[in-house]
Amino acid sequence: MALDSKIPDGPIADKWTKYKFGLKLVNPSNKRKYDIIVVGTGLAGAAAAASLAELGYNVKAFTYHDSPRRAHSIAAQGGINAAKNYQNDGDSVYRLFYDTVKGGDYRAREANVHRLAEVSVNIIDQCVAQGVPFAREYGGLLSNRSFGGTQVSRTFYARGQTGQQLLLGAYSAMSRQVAAGKVKLYTRTEMLDLVVEDGKARGIVTRNLITGKIESHSGHAVLLCTGGYGNVFYLSTNAMACNVTAAWRAHKKGAYFANPCFTQIHPTCIPVSGEYQSKLTLMSESLRNDGRIWVPLKAGDSRPPADIPEDERDYFLERKYPSFGNLVPRDVASRNAKYVCDEGRGVGSSKLAVYMDFADAIKRDSQKTIEARYGNLFEMYEKITGEDPYTSPMRIYPAVHYTMGGLWVDYNLMTTVKGLYALGEANFSDHGANRLGASALMQGLADGYFVIPYTLGDYLATIGHQDKISPEHAAFKESEAIVTERINKLLSINGKFTVDEIHRKLGLVIWDYCGMSRSAEGLTKAKKMVQELKHQFWTDVKVVGTNEELNITLEKALRVADFIELGELMIDDALNRNESCGGHFREESEVDGEAKRDDENYSYVAAWEYTGENQPESLHKEQLTFEYAKPSQRSYK
Amino acid sequence: MNLNLHIWRQKNKDTKGKMVSYQVNDINEEMSFLEMLDVLNEDLLRKGDDPVAFDHDCREGICGACSMVINGRPHGPTRTTTCQLHMRYFNSGDNVYIEPWRAGSFPVLKDLTVDRSAFDRIIQAGGFVSVNTGSAPDANEIPIGKEIADEAFNSATCIGCGACVAACKNASASLFVSAKISQLAMLPQGAAERKRRAESMIAQMDAEGFGACTNTGACAAECPKSIDLTNIAQMNREFIGAKLTSELV
Ligand SMILES: Cc1cc2nc3c(=O)[nH]c(=O)nc-3n(C[C@H](O)[C@H](O)[C@H](O)COP(=O)(O)OP(=O)(O)OC[C@H]3O[C@@H](n4cnc5c(N)ncnc54)[C@H](O)[C@@H]3O)c2cc1C
Ligand code: SF4
Ligand code: FES
Repeated sequence: MALDSKIPDGPIADKWTKYKFGLKLVNPSNKRKYDIIVVGTGLAGAAAAASLAELGYNVKAFTYHDSPRRAHSIAAQGGINAAKNYQNDGDSVYRLFYDTVKGGDYRAREANVHRLAEVSVNIIDQCVAQGVPFAREYGGLLSNRSFGGTQVSRTFYARGQTGQQLLLGAYSAMSRQVAAGKVKLYTRTEMLDLVVEDGKARGIVTRNLITGKIESHSGHAVLLCTGGYGNVFYLSTNAMACNVTAAWRAHKKGAYFANPCFTQIHPTCIPVSGEYQSKLTLMSESLRNDGRIWVPLKAGDSRPPADIPEDERDYFLERKYPSFGNLVPRDVASRNAKYVCDEGRGVGSSKLAVYMDFADAIKRDSQKTIEARYGNLFEMYEKITGEDPYTSPMRIYPAVHYTMGGLWVDYNLMTTVKGLYALGEANFSDHGANRLGASALMQGLADGYFVIPYTLGDYLATIGHQDKISPEHAAFKESEAIVTERINKLLSINGKFTVDEIHRKLGLVIWDYCGMSRSAEGLTKAKKMVQELKHQFWTDVKVVGTNEELNITLEKALRVADFIELGELMIDDALNRNESCGGHFREESEVDGEAKRDDENYSYVAAWEYTGENQPESLHKEQLTFEYAKPSQRSYK
Repeated sequence: MNLNLHIWRQKNKDTKGKMVSYQVNDINEEMSFLEMLDVLNEDLLRKGDDPVAFDHDCREGICGACSMVINGRPHGPTRTTTCQLHMRYFNSGDNVYIEPWRAGSFPVLKDLTVDRSAFDRIIQAGGFVSVNTGSAPDANEIPIGKEIADEAFNSATCIGCGACVAACKNASASLFVSAKISQLAMLPQGAAERKRRAESMIAQMDAEGFGACTNTGACAAECPKSIDLTNIAQMNREFIGAKLTSELV
């Protein structure tokens, strides 16, 4: 199938407005005849469920959590961007658009990004109206900060808990619709398959996580708002249960998966302290505004940091990138931390860490000022490590944080399966090869509040309300049988390896060969290793208990099985893209250690089509054109 | 370090549970409490036994999923969430008693996992501002003093974990409910519905079977997010205000 991105014609600033006018509308009294399935109730899902219910559609919303308030979105710290230009510092919709396309290293679609920047201003209005307590100035107006090295202050925040406050806002809006009877909420219910019939998404098959019951739910459209796949790496800053299953099942039913190798590695996380480590904790990007990053000049120097004199320290980011210094983009900061550790200059017991030092900032601005800025982050660091960052530097190391890749969607957010949409981190759309800080919250809410309520109506009006099948239809029964068979298979293997053991091995392979630095040789090796792990999993994994109970091992096993397959596709994608762009660094494509993008050959979205069990996936290319933000090689020197 | 764990095991909602003892060895003091339980679960799995089920997700103190009573205290000996408790607070040879939240309105689903959907239903009863998507005025149209915004934020940091209920001898949900009522009552955006909100959220709290508040303060003492008791006072004022006017009409 040829990819049609459905980008509207016309000047970029008018595209969305004109397009909205051309979309078909569903008559208000007909909206209640449509059933919409929303999988995932994080920022994207809760926003979509609430907004669609307000319009009058019947929404069924699903989450594997015990409450929508637990979604991974809750953990976002830093803030949310919006082109309000409240600070009068030269921001505009166009500048946010431009920064996002450039930050994504020219691998995102211009039209989508411009729309995102346009609706960003409405998001802030909506959230404030819901009672989201953003930070304010003494005069009572909203406060902003600059985030991730941007030149303007456009980030809105609620202390270090922006994601929490935004999610609770969306959750409250959805709760209001639950009370109104327009949203039916299914908690502790996991989608395990997508049902496609006559080329259209018809519904989903779920497992009740308490009773194990397998059930079918049918609707006129299915929205996947199921988050990112960073946990393919086992260790990441994502919540423990984040997984790719919903997206992967949809992929196997015809939804193309775009740019799977585009993953973001965040430079400032608390380093791994041992084998038992279950997840990694992010230290907000904002710390780099005041923290100076360094390692000892000499390899193997294991003196405590205070004993290392100034002239025996290497402030490597300031040295290599004098104009941006410690504020270089995430991918550049991460890669350089890896390089100095590879040279044997890492610090701490694992030697896989660098220092982030606040001594100079405290001397300059006083401890009180630093405390007011980062108090809660310093406290969190101390809780986890038992060390006091006011008196000795923090130890940090990069960790997987976000996935730019995801299900391919057109301008309507529709995947390559009709009636199946992907919103939020689950789609690939707006961040190209690298996401700027504070832009994921913006995108999730833009998709849910302000894009899907318009674009979905066009599809529904086209198909009509009678175009729906019953959950008793053979297509659902077939899907239920496949899900049940898969579960029974997992329960019957009774091998020697625990699910976590295999997952940890998978994570290491992906981290080592498809992480911060990638090469054809390494990737080829990794592909074989992942295939071996797949075999090991399906012949030698140990899953105890039964289906008909709360079974935490079975839940994990179903997710890890899909991560393994995704891992292989990530490797294929990374192998195919023989250029360095954004978070994807190919060792074959560099100049003086810096990434070299290849616009001539790789200015496209790589969308992968599933072609059958153990078959190579086939690649479809969506060519990208840049009419406004003209590609230039990034330089931070 | 080596520890003697005593853990509540209960197959499902309908069966009776009991405390079961396990030994874990070579626990590193840098581990989090949940990582220590991961070690136990891997051991159990290798033996073919059922691992201990417990709720958790973010493991950084913000999602509110983790929920264990450790040696008699919700979330254990420090004022954090269970996931942020580290093993450096324990000594080799300690006996550690681990139980689920105990409250009639939070039925045990399995082992340490309880059903907290009552909290969702209380929010559904009125924990929102009635504003449809797209109908909001400009965000800076209504200035809100920094002090008020900060106070509202303090109430809004509640993570819905339920430790307050587990700590209370009456199993009252007052701290949780009052945090939301106060947050929205303080903000101009929430003002229009404040009376209705207080009445219906409190009615739902009662309908869910949570106990009455007798001001012992146990909830605030164990709350990992330092939600203050003044929220409960504010809730009572809102409620009385609402009742007074309700009777007038
Ligand atoms: C530590 C951290 C800090 C961050 N800070 C920022 C920040 O400051 N600014 C910013 O812009 N971004 C930040 N991000 C990124 C941002 O938080 C996420 O990208 C965003 O919240 C994702 O939202 P979402 O709605 O797409 O998915 P999620 O919030 O992950 O929600 C996914 C939902 O899908 C459900 N689900 C998934 N699969 C299934 C299934 N099979 N069946 C049923 N339900 C399912 C889950 O239960 C959940 O409800 C941060 C991320 C991390 C890890
Ligand atoms: S008030 Fe405190 S203890 Fe109670 S649910 Fe909220 S955060 Fe948890
Ligand atoms: S696991 Fe999220 S708060 Fe403890």
